[in-house]
Amino acid sequence: MKHLALILRTVAAWLVTLLIVFPLIWLVLTAFKTEQQAISIPPQLFFTPTMESFAEVNLRSDYLHYAANSVITSIVSTVLGLAVAAPAAYSMAFFRTRKTRDILMWMLSTKMMPAVGALVPIYVMAQTAGLLDSRTALIVVFTLSNLPIMVWMLYSGFKDIPPDILEAARMDGASVWGEFLHVIRPLAMGTLASTALLCLVLSWNEAFWSLNLSSSRAGTLATLIASYSSPEGLFWAKLSAASLMAIAPIVVVGWFSQKQLVQGLTFGAVK
Amino acid sequence: MNRLLPRALMAPAVVTLFLWMIVPLAMTLYFSAVHYNLMQPGEKTFLGLANFEYFVTDPDFGPSVINTLVLLGAVIAITVILGVALALLVNEAFPGRGIVRVLLISPFFVMPTANALLWKHMMMNPVYGVLAQVSIFFGATPVDWLTDHPLFSVILMVAWQWLPFACLIFITSLQSLDRDQMEAAGMDGANALQKFWFLTLPHLGRPIAVVVMIEMIFLMSVFAEIFTTTGGGPGNESTNVAFLIFKQALMNFDVGVASAGALFAVVLANIAAVFLIRMIGKNLD
Repeated sequence: MKHLALILRTVAAWLVTLLIVFPLIWLVLTAFKTEQQAISIPPQLFFTPTMESFAEVNLRSDYLHYAANSVITSIVSTVLGLAVAAPAAYSMAFFRTRKTRDILMWMLSTKMMPAVGALVPIYVMAQTAGLLDSRTALIVVFTLSNLPIMVWMLYSGFKDIPPDILEAARMDGASVWGEFLHVIRPLAMGTLASTALLCLVLSWNEAFWSLNLSSSRAGTLATLIASYSSPEGLFWAKLSAASLMAIAPIVVVGWFSQKQLVQGLTFGAVK
Repeated sequence: MNRLLPRALMAPAVVTLFLWMIVPLAMTLYFSAVHYNLMQPGEKTFLGLANFEYFVTDPDFGPSVINTLVLLGAVIAITVILGVALALLVNEAFPGRGIVRVLLISPFFVMPTANALLWKHMMMNPVYGVLAQVSIFFGATPVDWLTDHPLFSVILMVAWQWLPFACLIFITSLQSLDRDQMEAAGMDGANALQKFWFLTLPHLGRPIAVVVMIEMIFLMSVFAEIFTTTGGGPGNESTNVAFLIFKQALMNFDVGVASAGALFAVVLANIAAVFLIRMIGKNLD
């Protein structure tokens, strides 16, 4: 009886999972098909894989240009964000005042603003500054919209470091910078890493601002994929190949950091 | 020095976030009260509340508010109900549980534009799409999803992305469920349904509330999925408030009307935000 329950549970869990992940599996399969195979009726599960769509995507749509934009905007905005958020979180975690809590809540509230509420002013500002379709504009916007989440994640990580260790370091005459570098940093590496990862994922997948503020010059992979919305001719294999290259790195990152990502996205409300 | 330093460390984050909040808000307030068209630069006349009136009396406004709420409600209902069911299914040990959990979370990391086009073309194409082929296999007539059920199609795409998020949070939360209590309840003769109703569900109350509110914030401005698939159509059938504002701003170039709409969206989002912030605040200390 108990054995049967286990078998049922296993079968059910695997079936449901495969059903949910099926669109992704199909995307991966289609990426290795020819355009003819991609639209064959009935759909083909077994075929000789080909890399031709990948080659074509690179040649035709300048994939590397968009990939470079994605890499640059997400990495620079992550580094900038850490540089601004880490000192703030450090200060709030180790020099708590009565106002700390209010500041944290206020920072959180800025994240609640729907992006579309700021679309017009940001667009007009970027236009006035001549920054439309520039990586600079994307980097600034990505950094700012991720900043509250970063401060929060770093704050909750720093808070778990026992203050006694800091006391000891201060007694030994360590400066604030030395304290940060030699005491906090090694202990907080995990927090710093998962915050950076979350920020990378969010920036890489960001679509609202990149669709509205950038096109062919500063466009990220999200914009490149969107340009496949209604092209001519057969393109499913190429669309799949481009999508696969765009999502694979970040899905893998996601697999390894899912727990921290969820904690970051829920601001530590679920443990 | 010791008093100044903490503030100095905090200043860059506080100042930039303050500007990020206040400058767009002030500009939106100003734009919403003037006539400002990107095609006619330099000409800004004061209009009072006319932009609001225009936005609210736009024939697309009512449907877009309804579409926003339907999208929000449907996705939240799907992700919470299926998310709890899935989390319960994979909570106990079985062969391959680790792999199943990793696979399950994957759709959450797919960028919205790739997600939307994957569904639009490979899944929902009325001739070659997988869904059409499955219907034919079972002898049914294939459905042209994006034309006949545009809003439902968008709901499906968004729910596919957010179900893993909800599920992962519920899985995390189930791990802190008191096992002794569960066993004791079982010994006292409680059946599975009673255990779920009186122990598991109350335990999940808080994570469910968190999922609902976080999804409210993100789903209020679903944009990329609509932009890349239906373009808000046919007609206005899949236009939500976010897309309507985008259309006014960057397709009609009417900054004034778009700003009035944006203020409306901000108010709508803040209703959800107040509750979420309060709940997180309670958890802070």
